[in-house]
Amino acid sequence: MTSHEKYKILMMKYLDEEITRDEKLEFEEHLRTCSECREEVKDFRKLKEVMKDMRYKRPSDEIWKRYWSSVYNRIERGLGWIFTSIGAIILLIYGGFKGVEGLIKDPGVALIAKVGILAGIAGLAVLFVSVLRERIFISKTDKYSKEVEK
Amino acid sequence: MCNETDREAIIRIRRGDKEAYKTIVVRYMKKAFYTALGFSGNFDDALDLSQEAFVRAYKALSRFDTTKPFFPWYYRILRNVCLNFQRKKTRLQEVPIETVKESASQFSEKESFSREIWDAISELGANEREVTVLKYFEGYTCKEIARVLDCPIGTVMSRLYYARKQLKEKLKRIVL
Repeated sequence: MTSHEKYKILMMKYLDEEITRDEKLEFEEHLRTCSECREEVKDFRKLKEVMKDMRYKRPSDEIWKRYWSSVYNRIERGLGWIFTSIGAIILLIYGGFKGVEGLIKDPGVALIAKVGILAGIAGLAVLFVSVLRERIFISKTDKYSKEVEK
Repeated sequence: MCNETDREAIIRIRRGDKEAYKTIVVRYMKKAFYTALGFSGNFDDALDLSQEAFVRAYKALSRFDTTKPFFPWYYRILRNVCLNFQRKKTRLQEVPIETVKESASQFSEKESFSREIWDAISELGANEREVTVLKYFEGYTCKEIARVLDCPIGTVMSRLYYARKQLKEKLKRIVL
């Protein structure tokens, strides 16, 4: 760390009163000889004064009353969606399988139509797998999509 | 160290008691909401993002280490939810800067100064903005910020220095 970097950090500690006694003596000694730091301390103090008077506006109390029930409902709905999705996927696979089976066995459907429908189903399956793989890959490599970084 | 009542609640949740999560949500909801407000600058988004982070935290609770405090862990989830939201928002809609500023200035008091100050804060880089909000609006010490962000205290102070330097420049009219 350069000495200038060191004094920047000491300056932050000094302004926020998070400085030790020894560090304070060292920084005040530095201030006597460095006009640049002296000016910065002066300006940062003014900035701190201005910021001290700022605060968030308070939302209505209704928000806090409804907060927990909203979180609870979201958790419950999340479970609902998981079960619904699992059910839908199972039914879709089963229905698809039965449909294809029926189609192949049906002598009334022309061979060309069977080939066309099967090709369409195969294409959809490939697209589904491709999108799924991409989603999994993104969720593994995208740092923002992870719930917890560490 | 995890607060004793938090730890007890988490143990109950892990046993399947969803209601036990209420203790934790109610304890941290305001802090969570204001943190999200610092990221989003909008009441509705802050509410939505902080609640979404609580839902994700609930789902990930089995991975939470009860020897550590809850809020810094939750904060990292919330931070990611907020950053993700901001990124998607930028991608999906080209928000004119004036519009963003307009919505951001909704929540600062002292109307004559608030817009200018919030504009200056919102123009900071993500890291500088984060420490500024935690320092000035959440009242954290640098040590607490370092713990919440899980980074060295020197990094926090350095970010704070550059944030203040930029704010000083942007707010010359008010500050100097």
